[in-house]
Amino acid sequence: MKKLQILGTGCPKCNKLAEQTKEAAESLGIEFEIEKVTDITKIMEFGVMMTPALAVDGEVKVTGKVPSVDDIKKMIQ
Amino acid sequence: MILGDLAKCLLRDFIMNFKKEFKILLLFAGIFLLFYFLPIENIRLQQSLVEALALTKWYAQEHVLLCLIPAFFIAGAISVFISQNAVMKYLGAKANKLLAYSVASVSGSVLAVCSCTVLPLFAGIYKMGAGIGPATAFLYSGPAINVLAIILTANVLGFELGFARAAGAILFSIIIGLLMHLIFFKDEEERNNNAPAMVLGADEEGRPLYQNAFFMAVMVGILVFANWNSTNETSGLFYFLYTYKWVITALFSLGLGVILVQWFKIEWWKILVVAIITAIFALSIPAYPVAAFTIGVAGLTIILNTKEGEPQDWLQATWSFAKQILPLLLIGVLIAGLLLGRMGNEGLIPSEWISNLVGGNSLQSNVFASVVGAFMYFATLTEIPIVQGLIDNGMGYGPALALLLAGPALSLPNMLVIRSVMGTKKTLVFITLVVIMATITGYTYGMYF
Repeated sequence: MKKLQILGTGCPKCNKLAEQTKEAAESLGIEFEIEKVTDITKIMEFGVMMTPALAVDGEVKVTGKVPSVDDIKKMIQ
Repeated sequence: MILGDLAKCLLRDFIMNFKKEFKILLLFAGIFLLFYFLPIENIRLQQSLVEALALTKWYAQEHVLLCLIPAFFIAGAISVFISQNAVMKYLGAKANKLLAYSVASVSGSVLAVCSCTVLPLFAGIYKMGAGIGPATAFLYSGPAINVLAIILTANVLGFELGFARAAGAILFSIIIGLLMHLIFFKDEEERNNNAPAMVLGADEEGRPLYQNAFFMAVMVGILVFANWNSTNETSGLFYFLYTYKWVITALFSLGLGVILVQWFKIEWWKILVVAIITAIFALSIPAYPVAAFTIGVAGLTIILNTKEGEPQDWLQATWSFAKQILPLLLIGVLIAGLLLGRMGNEGLIPSEWISNLVGGNSLQSNVFASVVGAFMYFATLTEIPIVQGLIDNGMGYGPALALLLAGPALSLPNMLVIRSVMGTKKTLVFITLVVIMATITGYTYGMYF
């Protein structure tokens, strides 16, 4: 089970990242859960400043941009 | 047993749905009551409604095509092509302090293009980076000096006010940052010992700095000359520039075309086709240069959309700015028009009230404008039509600047977020400093202009 966390305070880009991540995880056919982290102090605990960001199993994979679905697939695997 | 569970479940669903549905019912009832009692026959309301439409029409004619659209492309390019990691390096925990303050005060123009990134960046600089001084400096100047804000302020409210806003924000952000640092010097030392590490993405190989600078300069050139206003003079440099503004704009656009072919690897024939169509429009209907400009922008959009990689990323970022900001601005302009009207035509709020509260350049007017600005929430860029409406109703230029400085930097909702990041005491001191600094800047500016 992969834990996918979307870090962001709720701007349009964060929602887009959440959508793309879901799409990527579904097409990989893995078991996953998506959590949106919107609390700014929690986001800081990840060491992330440039939102949106994606963390896979607690490890930050990308910050400050929305990667393509293909790129996200590589990060999740 | 099963039946009992089912009943419980149904009951719970009913209660949850009821809560949700009840909100919708309340909303409907509210809208119904509004229209039921709407005093539509009231002359003042009728005039104000016309004013709201007239102001929106003026924005649509004067500010959307030539100013906002190029500004979106510039903002999109900044967010895609300028490496934010490169900037953040100077705001890290080990960064040179002097450099950190200077970078924090101006980096909002590059980092704060989207207002929703300001608070996370502020929290990050505070908790993991250069500390409270640079963090508050960034928080104060960021929203005021992002490219879109500067461009629209200068375009709508005039060059002097646009320049004063940017310069005031940068200068006073450093002073506020330094004061915050001095006041909370002791806390800082303790906190620094257990700060989490900053995670920065890998530095990507971007294009060289000179190419980015040139690329941005060409787009700013297009923006500036397409909006060049006539002056009263009939000779001299400014008159010359005004007469040939479209020729100069066309030359800059040509430069952009060359850059797209050379550095972005766009097929040259695509650029040529768009350039020819644009030129045909420009030469056949010279009375409406806006038509040719629109065709050029449409062509650029199609070209960018058909090239994967950087060009598509750029277009996507541009489009997301447009999607985010245009609806807010439309609503903001309509409301500003309804409440404040235009020069010489009052809206719902009587001009007298405004000139009593924020007219002239008294200390009291400046304080009032700063305090209201600090607490009120302005959606991205809507502070501009509102300040414009206030000026038309007699607000002085000093208080206008005070409002522009204190307004976007602070609002009640973001005060709560700031408090959750650095605590009540520091937040209160920061708010006080912002109000004082905005008042001083406005008052000083008002004395000279």
